[in-house]
Amino acid sequence: MSDFNPKILGFLCNWCCYAAADAAGVSRFQYPPNLRTIRVMCTGRVDPSFILRGFIEGADGIFTGG
Amino acid sequence: MVTNADLTALKGKPGDFTAKITKRPRYIDAENCTACGLCTLYCPKHLADPYNEEMALTRPIHIDYAQAVPATYYIDPSSCLHITHDTCQICVPVCQSHAINFSQKPEEIELKIGAVILSPGFGRIKKDTLAKFSYGKHPDVVTAVEFERMTTASGPFLGEIKCFSDGRHPKSLAFIQCVGSRDLGCDNGYCSSVCCMYAIKEAMVAKEHDPEVDITIYYMDIRTQGKEFDKAQQRAENMGIKFVRAKVADVTPWENRLQLTYSTLDGQHKFVPHDMVILSEGLESPKDAEGIAKITKIKLNKYNFAQSDTFSPLTTNVEGVVVAGAFQGPKDIPESVTQASAAAGIVAGMLTKQRGQGIVHKDYPDEQPMGDEVRIGVFVCHCGINIASVVDVHKVEDSVEDMEGVVYHTDSLYSCSADAVETLKDKIIEHNLNRVVIAACSPRTHEPLFQETLKDAGLNRCLIEMVNIRDQCSWVHAGEPEAATDKSQDLVRMAVAKARGMQPLPEQTVPVTEKALIVGGGIAGMTVALTLAKQGFKSVLLEKGNEVGGNLGLLNHTLDASETASHLKSLLAQVDKSDKIDVLTNAELADFSGFIGNFTSVISHGSGKKKKEETIDHGVVVLATGGHEHRPGGYLLEENKKVVTQMELEKRLAGWAKDRAPDSVVMIQCAGSRGDDLNYCSKVCCNHAVKNALKIKEVNPAAQVIVLYRDMRTYGYAEDAYREARLKGVIFIPYEPDNKPQVYVEKRRLHIKFFDSLMQEDMDMTPDLIALSVGIKPDGTEELSKLLKAPLTDDKFFLEAHVKLRPVELPVAGVFVCGLAHGPKPVDETIAQAQAAAAKAAIPLVKGRVTIDPIVSVIDADTCIGCRLCVSLCPFGAIEMFKVGKKNKARTISASCKACGICSSRCPTFAISMGGFTNEQITDQIIAFGEVVEKETVTA
Repeated sequence: MSDFNPKILGFLCNWCCYAAADAAGVSRFQYPPNLRTIRVMCTGRVDPSFILRGFIEGADGIFTGG
Repeated sequence: MVTNADLTALKGKPGDFTAKITKRPRYIDAENCTACGLCTLYCPKHLADPYNEEMALTRPIHIDYAQAVPATYYIDPSSCLHITHDTCQICVPVCQSHAINFSQKPEEIELKIGAVILSPGFGRIKKDTLAKFSYGKHPDVVTAVEFERMTTASGPFLGEIKCFSDGRHPKSLAFIQCVGSRDLGCDNGYCSSVCCMYAIKEAMVAKEHDPEVDITIYYMDIRTQGKEFDKAQQRAENMGIKFVRAKVADVTPWENRLQLTYSTLDGQHKFVPHDMVILSEGLESPKDAEGIAKITKIKLNKYNFAQSDTFSPLTTNVEGVVVAGAFQGPKDIPESVTQASAAAGIVAGMLTKQRGQGIVHKDYPDEQPMGDEVRIGVFVCHCGINIASVVDVHKVEDSVEDMEGVVYHTDSLYSCSADAVETLKDKIIEHNLNRVVIAACSPRTHEPLFQETLKDAGLNRCLIEMVNIRDQCSWVHAGEPEAATDKSQDLVRMAVAKARGMQPLPEQTVPVTEKALIVGGGIAGMTVALTLAKQGFKSVLLEKGNEVGGNLGLLNHTLDASETASHLKSLLAQVDKSDKIDVLTNAELADFSGFIGNFTSVISHGSGKKKKEETIDHGVVVLATGGHEHRPGGYLLEENKKVVTQMELEKRLAGWAKDRAPDSVVMIQCAGSRGDDLNYCSKVCCNHAVKNALKIKEVNPAAQVIVLYRDMRTYGYAEDAYREARLKGVIFIPYEPDNKPQVYVEKRRLHIKFFDSLMQEDMDMTPDLIALSVGIKPDGTEELSKLLKAPLTDDKFFLEAHVKLRPVELPVAGVFVCGLAHGPKPVDETIAQAQAAAAKAAIPLVKGRVTIDPIVSVIDADTCIGCRLCVSLCPFGAIEMFKVGKKNKARTISASCKACGICSSRCPTFAISMGGFTNEQITDQIIAFGEVVEKETVTA
């Protein structure tokens, strides 16, 4: 599994998780570059169909942060 | 905002002060600093980082912490090699934006101001007080502030808790409470009010880090008197955190551990080892309190905090100088935020004549028609070397070349610099761009700037999408340039896909009815009405009883000996005299509708034949519905005349009856509270008991007064009264909740049976009087909650929008809360909270209009099937039903919508769309995300 390089799709809440991801950057925390994010105004916006669509489009994992 | 500055002189009067300020040099030009942090990386000198309690190193050129405002670095002159030794200057060539400026000198500023708010915060307990607990002698004795930094993920050890002595993970932690508080040994007779709660929080965090760790909190009284705080303590107990009632006498280093010496209530002496000891240090008055007092001429109390009184808690002896936060007295975040709003409101009331002066209105060109063709411009930012040193900016820029809709792309060194912003505007016009994608930093910080540029270029501000390739890419993948470049390309592609679907969204504003409805005519409601009246706003004060006045009329005096009657009389006179306040008695809210700025209420008022209904339009609502004494069962309160509540006792003591202060009185604290009928602490009862006990002793010094309590919660300065009561011979005996005092009648005599934990024996007494501290229940919150769609806590108090940061607002926009309707609290806190609610409520009234964020939800009436699912799910009460013919349809109340999109993602017929975040746009983003996966699979 060591060469497994997953593509992860993330839905980040503007007010908390997106802000936290910014703060992680300001603090220069390093994490693997596998995440591609979509900013939403609240994770309540995340329609279940978005998750399914993400998998259809080839995501190995989906992260919702809110 | 003037930072790095000291107030040096203040002259003048309210409305016309002159403040002299010395601005210390920052040695960095704030306008040029982009907060990239490169200078800190290159600065060769180390500096113990004060923000991390000197447990980590920073450099003389630094920023205090990531979220610091302004986000501008500064140079510490006491450690900078150039300033101290005239050498180095490495930072000067390193700074790409030429912001370093060693020629800066202290700057004298003179400001013309109308009023002053003092909010210097609190100071720290002196080291010699901490040294009594071996702080400084043994490295594993730390302060709670140090421990807080230690447990923080962004702290010096990334959240790892370690003993400084040998780096091991401690398996046993001890918190010692009341270090530097409730201690005349260091001249701090007061209780710091916050330490019990923060110790519990830190203990819970430590337990989350390591569930095996053994934690004991050594305390005198657990003072979790705040709203919902007792529940936090219960959670801590359920997690296995131990609470031991003991004053620790000594901390002795013993091999590689620390031995705590203490004795418990039952007389046992203990000598117990722990790996790490955490001192819950109290809040001291601010370091420069005396200096501030000298400059502003305000009076300090005996503990060097700003002096104020119960009925004007934020007002100092100097007119026009107001105090807020911990300088007024030790307090936690919600109360500090409340006082800050209150102070702003008080000051706004002083300065109504100046309101609106100095505002410059900016004009924008008309929005250009969009046309059918999608014309996207992509701008990729280097951010100096912040992005470009990791991400291949040109590769990212080139990758958009053939993307559908992209007609222009370029890069820039700093997209946010003044010239780049001007270029952006020119390029929009030159290439007739109708959508813009900027790959740079975070939209949270920079989107407003670029939106402004779009408006200047004649574009709707919603036609921009930002891609965060700095904070969420180059900065966090510094060692993986290729992967970071790939990620940037993907994010840009996804943004372009979203941008194709962007549409101009209308800017809406709604006018505001400049009137407030205040529900409840007690001291909270009256204070709101008067504070608003001072700012020039009308209000309708709705009182359910025959007359306004509320609970204040039932009290005789407050703990600091201010009598209540004259204050109440003055309040009533002011309310009566004010032409801005319309009082309706015997009134209740019959119906309520509308949204912030435009509410309509039906109020029934008057009694008998005069009873009528009236419809009132108003812009805001303040709920100040108050509460009443709870009357618990089980203590013969209703059955025996010798059992009274503290309120009844106070009334009796204020009278002239000879036997008003009988020879033997027993008080029972928490009667019916804290897990009994009421599952919370009512905050005021301990003070009330101490107040009445002192009064009994004053009237009849020979009287025996026994107070049976669980935790005496005389927080803040009330600790002085508690101490005074003990000195005067009032006996305080703690009891456990599983062994409550029993009140009963035998042979017609009233008895009380309790376990005397000091004597360690069962007692049975026949006192002349038993006073119950009974707790407070809110009035009418359940009905109002339904009418206003405002949530309640489990205990039926209104639940604020954010417990710490928005303590007087409810989640429903335009609805505010204060006083007992929010939670039990004493008079001074009620007044400050009422002033805060008034200040917050005044904001839309001052603006005169409510601006609606364009990204709100929009419901398509044709597709809507009227199922009401969205109405029931909306946390902000922002969706209403209306009729189209015979069909029910849902409609967004735009002014109340917070754009969360819960409605949109749950609508069974996809009738709800979110501005800027439509289903189509997000789906396009997801599809664009997928395009890379295919590419990768092919190349693999």
